[in-house]
Amino acid sequence: MSVSGSITHLTLAEMRELLVKRAFSSKELTQAHLDAMEDLRSLNAFTVETADKALAMAEAADQRLAKGAARPLEGVPIAIKDLYCTEGVETTAGSKILKGFVPPYESTVTAKLWASGAVMTGKLNMDEFAMGSANMNSAYGPVANPWQRSGDNRDLVPGGSSGGSAAAVAARIAPASLGTDTGGSIRQPASFCGIVGMKPSYGRCSRWGIVAFASSLDQAGPFTRTVRDSAIVLGQMAGYDPMDSTSVDRPVPDYEAALHQDVKGLVIGVPKEYRVPGMSPEIERLWKRGMTWLEEQGAHIREISLPHTQHALPTYYIVAPAEASSNLARYDGVRFGARVPEEDLTGLYEATRGTGFGAEVKRRILIGTYVLSAGYYDAYYNKARRIRTLIARDFSEAFEKVDAILAPTAPSAAFAQGENMDDPVTMYLNDVFTVPASLAGLPAISVPGGLTEDGLPLGLQVIGKAFDEEMVLRVGHALETAAHFTHLPQRIAG
Amino acid sequence: MTVDTTTVRKIARLARIRIEDAEEATLAQELGGILQWIDELQAVDTEGVEPMTSAVATELHLREDAVTDGNAQEAVLSNAPERMAVFYTVPKVVE
Amino acid sequence: MSDTNVSDKNLVQGRTGPWEVVIGLEVHAQVTSKSKLFSGAATDFGAEPNTQVSLVDAAFPGMLPVMNKVCVEQAVRTGLGLNAKINLESVFERKNYFYPDLPAGYQISQYEQPIVGEGQVTIDLEDGSSREIGIERLHLEQDAGKSLHDQHPKMTFIDLNRSGVALMEIVSKPDMRSGEEAGAYLTKLRAILRYLGTCDGNMAEGSMRADVNLSIRRPGEALGTRTETKNVNSIRFVQQAIHYETLRQIEVLEAGGTIDQETRLFNGMTGESRSLRSKEEAHDYRYFPDPDLLPVKVDPALIEAIRASLPELPDQKKARFIEAFELKPIDAAILVADQERADFFEAVASGRDAKLASTWVLGDYIAALNKSGSSLGEAPVDAAKLGGLIDLIADKTLSGRMAKEVFEAMWETGKTAGAIVDERGLKQITDSGAIAAVVDEIIANNPAQVEQLKGGNMKVMGWFVGQTMKATQGKANPGMVNQLLKEKLDL
Ligand SMILES: [Mg+2]
Ligand SMILES: [Zn+2]
Repeated sequence: MSVSGSITHLTLAEMRELLVKRAFSSKELTQAHLDAMEDLRSLNAFTVETADKALAMAEAADQRLAKGAARPLEGVPIAIKDLYCTEGVETTAGSKILKGFVPPYESTVTAKLWASGAVMTGKLNMDEFAMGSANMNSAYGPVANPWQRSGDNRDLVPGGSSGGSAAAVAARIAPASLGTDTGGSIRQPASFCGIVGMKPSYGRCSRWGIVAFASSLDQAGPFTRTVRDSAIVLGQMAGYDPMDSTSVDRPVPDYEAALHQDVKGLVIGVPKEYRVPGMSPEIERLWKRGMTWLEEQGAHIREISLPHTQHALPTYYIVAPAEASSNLARYDGVRFGARVPEEDLTGLYEATRGTGFGAEVKRRILIGTYVLSAGYYDAYYNKARRIRTLIARDFSEAFEKVDAILAPTAPSAAFAQGENMDDPVTMYLNDVFTVPASLAGLPAISVPGGLTEDGLPLGLQVIGKAFDEEMVLRVGHALETAAHFTHLPQRIAG
Repeated sequence: MTVDTTTVRKIARLARIRIEDAEEATLAQELGGILQWIDELQAVDTEGVEPMTSAVATELHLREDAVTDGNAQEAVLSNAPERMAVFYTVPKVVE
Repeated sequence: MSDTNVSDKNLVQGRTGPWEVVIGLEVHAQVTSKSKLFSGAATDFGAEPNTQVSLVDAAFPGMLPVMNKVCVEQAVRTGLGLNAKINLESVFERKNYFYPDLPAGYQISQYEQPIVGEGQVTIDLEDGSSREIGIERLHLEQDAGKSLHDQHPKMTFIDLNRSGVALMEIVSKPDMRSGEEAGAYLTKLRAILRYLGTCDGNMAEGSMRADVNLSIRRPGEALGTRTETKNVNSIRFVQQAIHYETLRQIEVLEAGGTIDQETRLFNGMTGESRSLRSKEEAHDYRYFPDPDLLPVKVDPALIEAIRASLPELPDQKKARFIEAFELKPIDAAILVADQERADFFEAVASGRDAKLASTWVLGDYIAALNKSGSSLGEAPVDAAKLGGLIDLIADKTLSGRMAKEVFEAMWETGKTAGAIVDERGLKQITDSGAIAAVVDEIIANNPAQVEQLKGGNMKVMGWFVGQTMKATQGKANPGMVNQLLKEKLDL
């Protein structure tokens, strides 16, 4: 393995340590990842590669490292989901309608990373406007999962919507990447790609400068290969932002420190409603294994009930499209992005949006418009908001009895490109285990738990109380330790 | 819950999304399928349950009234696909 | 609105009988604030296009609204000024529709839970009577940008400077019954907003715009279908729009037609309005609570603090003027309609004969202002100078007739009354000795007239008065002249 190859396999924590020790420079580390990015272009994980910017940032990082003035992420390469507005770097949210849009501003979360010394290597492919669970809805084409079924070299999906973010970290193109999670868009791809994906509590990270999908659900989060790395990156992303009225003003704890605590004596809830009819035995087995691992480390497993779980997915598919239909109204071909000229204004709007948006985005805008339209508002939107209250209540009652909840992340392992595409709802079912925590605004993490018979990774999900990311990381760390997941994907750098 | 093509047209018009005749039927069927699927919620008892306003329990933060932004004419206009001098432009609107 | 306030003078006679006109006004008043409702961009009028625009106002991807504290306070302040209920919790919702000067594709407004609920405004009518007009609600919302349709043959230009500026939409109950009442309502509302300092009320600059909701019915019958005439931006236009729409509706109904519930656009040039949006094109705004914002909570302590800081409002001032200065209600109403004018009057009246002061302010002074087209601030005669003139009338230095002459001179030169009196030696002669000497002389030199008078021809008396005034260049006190003549001619 070449030097450049091997260093891309280090964890972010290790890179950080070795950079400070000057074992290698940020420039070398960054170049190694840029090479990996180039080698694995076939994954189609990136929408924009920012090599020059990366090397310039690495240069600056090396100077600080030389001065012994390293910041928490000094010199560490990180890639960014194309949903984050990045100043001077094209940002399209995976959509044709934003082709050529170059933001004159930097999202709060990415700005915080750069202020901690991180190095930006590029923008990552994703489902258009974060709508999808397979990364099949991108204007840039699908992303390939670095993992393949044993004895089958068909391209599999990386999950979605943060498919590029998950693929890049799994393939060692970046030690960490940023994604966003609205109904599972970080956790499900993390599970499909055998890495760690964290969705913080709603309000923990600023949404300012992140292209909005569903404002009451969207939340930024990190992809990493270890729980510790997740804690490190989250610690730099989190915090109150006066420019986001829904971000919460409370101190950011030392997430890494939470990992020192074991799970002895913790009560871990297992929601019986998550044992859905027709659940694959492999998922069932994985889940059981997770319970055993925690029990072996001194935690108590307790079955709980989250009675409204079955209604979460339909509720989500009212709330999210409704908000999206309004959030995406600004893409009208007037101030930025693509424009299809026509004689009259309505024609311009309809042509620009009719050709600028992809099929799934159009479907969701139409559904959202429908459920908000006169006569249906109460039957659909308000009904869904009421059920959302019930779902959140289920969780708060459960958390009176348990410290955290253990569940599968996704109902299946990665599937082949083109599978589950026959009708929209089949695809929506991918989020069945992730959506409830999203609706309740709770923190949740997906940690690799093992492989299926045909060699694909599966994730375990830990859900915590609002703003108890520490507990989520702590339990996730215990699972990680027990799972000892060291398998590597077939398509990988170095 | 079935959706007819007239409804699809009406909704698409509200959303300012052009639908090609070819898409119409498929969309009607897809939207109908989705609506049918979410219709199960009608059975849920939400008597006396308040709609959720925000997933986060926090107070609205209010800004001081100071001029801290603007004066960025070029930044505001530079991404416009079409513009004339310091204006955005659209086909003439006749009210 | 109960039918008790349908006075016959408000009924409009049609061919088929009398009609009652039912009017409600929606006023959009720009909140006086340095920055916009949800962004830190400036709100000044008349800036270079698209310079007072933040990326939030232009609805760039990922931009989020942050509420302006002062706008909340201004809305509460206005609510208190309208004797209205302040809602401790209100909610911002999105009103969704596509228009090029609405960058986000939705307007952030308040719908089901406005920040201010029901209140009242007392209007003052020309006959000196007053009437209560109900306020339905006041809510905060963003203004849209400006579409310029006349800059290019094929294109509409968009300027977003106004986009996001805070507006208060003040909705009245359908309590008005005539153009006069609507005018009085707008005049009073504007006065209240100006006294409160929550809106400059400048209709020419669009800081105050009205939508007129109007329907007609037979007296006492159920409400008819209303139309909404949009964006009428002067009080005169509002009255024109009401006149036009009233006659239009009467014509339609008397011809056996029906009124469409429609939005109409007023044309200031022609004084007419035309249908803007037909029913089938009606909007479906798809209101829903804005997920980027949380409910606005108003602390009762803040309400009390604002209440305590309220100035004396027009109605209170009017009552005080009537009470303290014994003014006629109509005069008091005219004086308080404009805060500057009310303050001016108080300055003139203090320590002086208030009736004389109001006669002068409402009479010669305002006439002179209008004639010269100058405002109180820039007028050549300030309150102190006018007061000085009134003092000279009070101490008999000047007769009323001389005072008018002096006032004109003051207006031309800006000098004080005293200065002009000295220059022109205009001092009234009140020394009976001096007047008596003149009178004796005139009697001595005109025996013939004396005879006529003795003969009983009293008309000659006026001739003697005239001679005496002439001899004193009009400075003799007319009363004393009469007195002395009667004595000397022992009549
Ligand atoms: Mg209106
Ligand atoms: Zn309005």
